[in-house]
Amino acid sequence: MTLQADYTTSQLDVLEAEAIHIMREVAAEFERPCLLFSGGKDSIVMLRIAEKAFWPAPIPFPLMHVDTGHNFDEVIEFRDRRAAELGARLVVASVQASIDAGRVVEETGRRASRNRLQTTTLLDAIEEHGFDAVFGGARRDEEKARAKERVFSFRDDFGQWDPKNQRPELWNLYNAKIRKGEHIRVFPLSNWTELDIWDYIRREGIEIPSIYYAHKRRVFERDGMLLADSPVVQRGEDEPVFEAVVRYRTVGDMTCTGAVQSTAATVEEIIAEIAATRITERGATRADDRASEAAMEDRKREGYF
Amino acid sequence: MDILRFATAGSVDDGKSTLIGRLLFDSKAIFEDQLEAVERTSRDRGTEYTDLSLLTDGLRAEREQGITIDVAYRYFATPKRKFIIADTPGHIQYTRNMVTGASTADLAIILIDARKGVLEQSRRHAFLTTLLRVPHLVLAVNKMDLVDYSEERFNEIHEEFTAFASKLNAPDLTFIPISALHGDNVVSRSENMPWYQGSSLLHHLENVHIASDRNLVDVRFPVQYVIRPQKATDPAFHDYRGYAGQVAGGVLKPGDEVVHLPSGLTTRISSIDTYDGPVAEAFPPMSVTLRLEDDIDISRGDMICRPNNQPAVAQELEAMVCWMADGVKLAPRSKFIIKHTTRTARALVRDLHYRLDVNTLHRDETAQNLGLNEIGRVSLRVTQPLFVDDYARNRLTGGFILVDEATNGTVGAGMIVEARGR
Ligand SMILES: Nc1nc2c(ncn2[C@@H]2O[C@H](COP(=O)(O)OP(=O)(O)OP(=O)(O)O)[C@@H](O)[C@H]2O)c(=O)[nH]1
Ligand SMILES: [Mg+2]
Repeated sequence: MTLQADYTTSQLDVLEAEAIHIMREVAAEFERPCLLFSGGKDSIVMLRIAEKAFWPAPIPFPLMHVDTGHNFDEVIEFRDRRAAELGARLVVASVQASIDAGRVVEETGRRASRNRLQTTTLLDAIEEHGFDAVFGGARRDEEKARAKERVFSFRDDFGQWDPKNQRPELWNLYNAKIRKGEHIRVFPLSNWTELDIWDYIRREGIEIPSIYYAHKRRVFERDGMLLADSPVVQRGEDEPVFEAVVRYRTVGDMTCTGAVQSTAATVEEIIAEIAATRITERGATRADDRASEAAMEDRKREGYF
Repeated sequence: MDILRFATAGSVDDGKSTLIGRLLFDSKAIFEDQLEAVERTSRDRGTEYTDLSLLTDGLRAEREQGITIDVAYRYFATPKRKFIIADTPGHIQYTRNMVTGASTADLAIILIDARKGVLEQSRRHAFLTTLLRVPHLVLAVNKMDLVDYSEERFNEIHEEFTAFASKLNAPDLTFIPISALHGDNVVSRSENMPWYQGSSLLHHLENVHIASDRNLVDVRFPVQYVIRPQKATDPAFHDYRGYAGQVAGGVLKPGDEVVHLPSGLTTRISSIDTYDGPVAEAFPPMSVTLRLEDDIDISRGDMICRPNNQPAVAQELEAMVCWMADGVKLAPRSKFIIKHTTRTARALVRDLHYRLDVNTLHRDETAQNLGLNEIGRVSLRVTQPLFVDDYARNRLTGGFILVDEATNGTVGAGMIVEARGR
């Protein structure tokens, strides 16, 4: 904490204090919370906040990852190592298992992605484990539908979000009342921006997966985005592969997450790059949001993250 | 750098979302892909200019209807401050969402359409912001371009609103003539209104003094969660017992004598812990963990404060309530769940004293109930004592929500007045 004589607090301290408060509310009011941990930067920050909120006790809930089977190896390795370090229970909900069980049907064609299929896997896992509160690392600055969502976001029996009928949310009082079968998505990082996340990673000296830093990678171009050359990404003859120095601004499914050309090799360089960028992280790197103007809202209504 | 949280308010179509769009755009907080998307949508609908309100009106239904339905939160920073914006809806049907956005605001910008002047909904929102004790108000007279940037018109509205505000508990009030659409007086001073000598809106937002708005006098620490590491990896923590929470008022230091409520037992703070190490003092809005010198039975919902400065311990509450449900009404004898700080109990409405007419501020003492968006004064009886202050003194220990036991919906927002102990 950076204290000043007039009792002001820095913006990161304010955001951290708010996030810790939210986490403790959930731990106190719900029976079976879990924290979605993908190995991406937001969920890494969220995990650090959870460590802080309950220290010196261990984090009182399990972690869950919805694994599409098309994730970056570096991220999966990081996920497992981090969970082991914390001694946390990690639940992996597998999209492949949902496909094998016939719960969802794999998309075909060049643009096939398991992104949308994740929703079914996620909702099935929430039901199977009886989770009543699920922490997500989404931020309101990411996307215009997310900008509208409450910190405690109510989901009905079908996991659906109803943006026209959200519960009022005043002061720091969060309504945790639900019936059996319903759940709450909780977003402790709602008020953080991408830059706040990076400033925090720097301040706290938090380790992140290597693919966030500039590295050489074999990529090809599609829709102005650089996609990784990988067996899981369908590539056409007209999409030649080349080597480039890139990094990832977001980490998601390989089939819909693009890299950006960058030489930023340290957190400081990344912060300088983000501060100067003129394109949002999802705009730069996420094919899933480009589908239509309300792509995110539509997915969220169905129960997406 | 500190944070200023502000909310927009005012009647439907007064230009709130356009103003936020303009503020973000002119302060270069809009990204290219966001702007392109908004330009594309504006073109597709045949709007001849880029409709900046689309930057915050992000829901499908909002875009279809051209109105704001729920609060949008947006963020931007200048070298001076970080801003958290809540762009709220003006439509009366969605007043509860406006209340959501304004409840945490340090400042509210109330917009008025210069052609229309002060409307009922402008008064309702102005009243709500003062009821919610938003410490700073800006009255932005918008669409000055449509009244030829007339100083006379601005002065008329200035006068009309000042007359109304005198009946409110309006704190710091600033008037600014603007055009959200064209950017006059939003980020920089307008050349179209040389008669206006004040600062631009952004300049005002960057410089308004907010440090003294927090309550640093009355120590209030609502216990949120008890930390007892059962299987701590480090044996040093085997007997650890800490009380976690977010400071709601005052400054706490190790060694301070404190009293625990409801027991009334006193002890001292032995340590104020955080993951990053112990701290020398804690104050709002820090989230910390207190350890105490004596073993007292303390659980979530209890309060820690100073012996010579305690909140009221009350089971009978007097409060102003803003009703937010379409189905259920608030009426004498109705029962709800009440959530106040970290304590949850049940509440019975003993009496509805009056309903307020937001236009005239007339008190209707014959009112039988409160319906959607109505505001009134009530007496409640609560199943457990709450540790309360007047909302005017502390928003966190003076505010509560009411939850409907049947639907689990958040149906009421309450602000305690005349807090009195047993
Ligand atoms: N001429 C002119 N038009 C404006 C100005 N500001 C806003 N408008 C127009 O007024 C209309 C309503 O603007 P919005 O920003 O959507 O209004 P709002 O207050 O956010 O409305 P709700 O959120 O639905 O209450 C739009 O057509 C705007 O382009 C202004 O300064 N001058
Ligand atoms: Mg609007």
